[in-house]
Amino acid sequence: MISKEDIQNLANLARIEISETEAENLVPEIDSILGYVGQIKDAIGNSERVIPKLRNVMRGDVVSNSPDEYKEALLNNAPAREGDYLKVKKIL
Amino acid sequence: MRIDISTLTISEARKKLDAKEFSSVDLAKVYLDEIKKKNGEINAYLEIYDDVLEQAKEADESIAKGEIFPMTGIPISLKDNILISGRTVTSASKILEGYIAPYDATVIEKLKSQKTVFLGRTNMDEFAMGGSTENSAYGVTKNPTDLSRVSGGSSGGSVASVSMNGALASLGSDTGGSIREPSSFCGVVGLKPTYGGVSRYGLMAMGSSLDVIGPITKTVSDSEILFNAIRGQDKMDSTTYSESTYPKIKNSKNKNLTVGVPYHILEKGLSIEAKKVFDESIEKLKNLGFEVRDIKLPNIEYSLAVYYIIVPAEVSSNLARFDGIKYGLHAEDGKDLLDDYLKTRRQGFGREVRRRILIGTYVLSAGYHDAYYNKALALRQKISYDFTKALSEVDLIVTPTTPGTAFKIGEKANDPLSLYLEDVFTVPANIVGIPAISLPSGFVTEDGKDLPLGIQFMAPHNREDWLFEVGKKFLGE
Repeated sequence: MISKEDIQNLANLARIEISETEAENLVPEIDSILGYVGQIKDAIGNSERVIPKLRNVMRGDVVSNSPDEYKEALLNNAPAREGDYLKVKKIL
Repeated sequence: MRIDISTLTISEARKKLDAKEFSSVDLAKVYLDEIKKKNGEINAYLEIYDDVLEQAKEADESIAKGEIFPMTGIPISLKDNILISGRTVTSASKILEGYIAPYDATVIEKLKSQKTVFLGRTNMDEFAMGGSTENSAYGVTKNPTDLSRVSGGSSGGSVASVSMNGALASLGSDTGGSIREPSSFCGVVGLKPTYGGVSRYGLMAMGSSLDVIGPITKTVSDSEILFNAIRGQDKMDSTTYSESTYPKIKNSKNKNLTVGVPYHILEKGLSIEAKKVFDESIEKLKNLGFEVRDIKLPNIEYSLAVYYIIVPAEVSSNLARFDGIKYGLHAEDGKDLLDDYLKTRRQGFGREVRRRILIGTYVLSAGYHDAYYNKALALRQKISYDFTKALSEVDLIVTPTTPGTAFKIGEKANDPLSLYLEDVFTVPANIVGIPAISLPSGFVTEDGKDLPLGIQFMAPHNREDWLFEVGKKFLGE
């Protein structure tokens, strides 16, 4: 059984503010989903982990676009900018 | 001239555009008129682009010069999670309000090079999470065949746009059935290609090990045309494959394909009417000359549980990027940076998205990681092994696409688990990575309305050609 406190803790880890009532409502919902997916614990036997045929491969870290090509488009998507910087509230 | 779009297909339109029977501008105008008439009620489109006629004019100029490709001048719609440069793309989420895509997805780049006409972006479940398009921040998309019912999801708007004759075709994305389930509910053809068959570059990520972009069309021939236009290896997505990754050893040209039915999974969950439609389809396949065999997929019953562990896990990681700093919504009332994150994510994400992020956080957290996530990965491999074995004995596997017809709007709104169960037949293809297609297979009459229902064919990796072959025969194309 998952508790209201567990939900609040998960929400903190996931950086989502959750109200008391919402946490209460989420308890039965998440419980029933975890109950359902928990059936995999009954599955017998483990298989060896194999590397899938298709997987992420990192590209070389090289500049592939011209200077400023995307700068304005990217910065303009930010809710708050100051010059060429993203503006955020104080951290400490 | 009058253009009858109710029966028009991409291949027909191609012939008529090339023969100058009508222009791409004429065609686009007819679609824009139809959208204007129907979209208010159905809500398939979130935005109609304001330059559709300019795009069509460019296509006409290409046609006049003889620069003609299969998709030149063909008007299509796009799911709201595919990036198209300079235009708004939101994944139907408030958290991406006002986001302007800075580049084109690979599929868009390919279609632009053929001078395809983009009509607009379509509604969906927020970040593609859902099977009814009820999770959109911009209202539900109604089913064009019965307005009291859902269109399905998550590509509900894309499918409805084709079904209501508001586009000749559409691009959707499929993580666990998001193209096939709505296609079944609305009576159109939906293809989920092999994982890695179509580049994910520029597709907003949901479950990165499962996501794939695919075509929604009225016919199988059209599905093949659009699929061929968007497929292929891409250096921007390292999970796309080359022709040598899955070599095509067997050729079906001189023999009839054999079809396997996992009858053991049809015993529960399927409505009586849906079972009847399915049995009739199997008879039809036999009459068409296909050999039908009973097959077993021993671990398939775990697919849905495996899926609803892997997806939330990937969701919680992929959606960590939405912080209110880089793009989209920013909550104004936070007292510091952390508070901004918490408040933005609370206000920006809808209920289902928040729920999945929490479940993903749970199954990945220390102490539960082994029991849930690692176990799910191990089972995913076992399920893949079962499918590989079955597909060495038969060429195709067939099941219903959905357990029943489209449900009523609101019917499953308060029971997320019952909505998850709608995906029971579609998720295995994503887990295994094989291609699957949903074809209209019949109707069930409910409340005096004929509701469409689909049949699903699955094939080995990179064997979309077999899906098209059986599909054309099944629909008499």
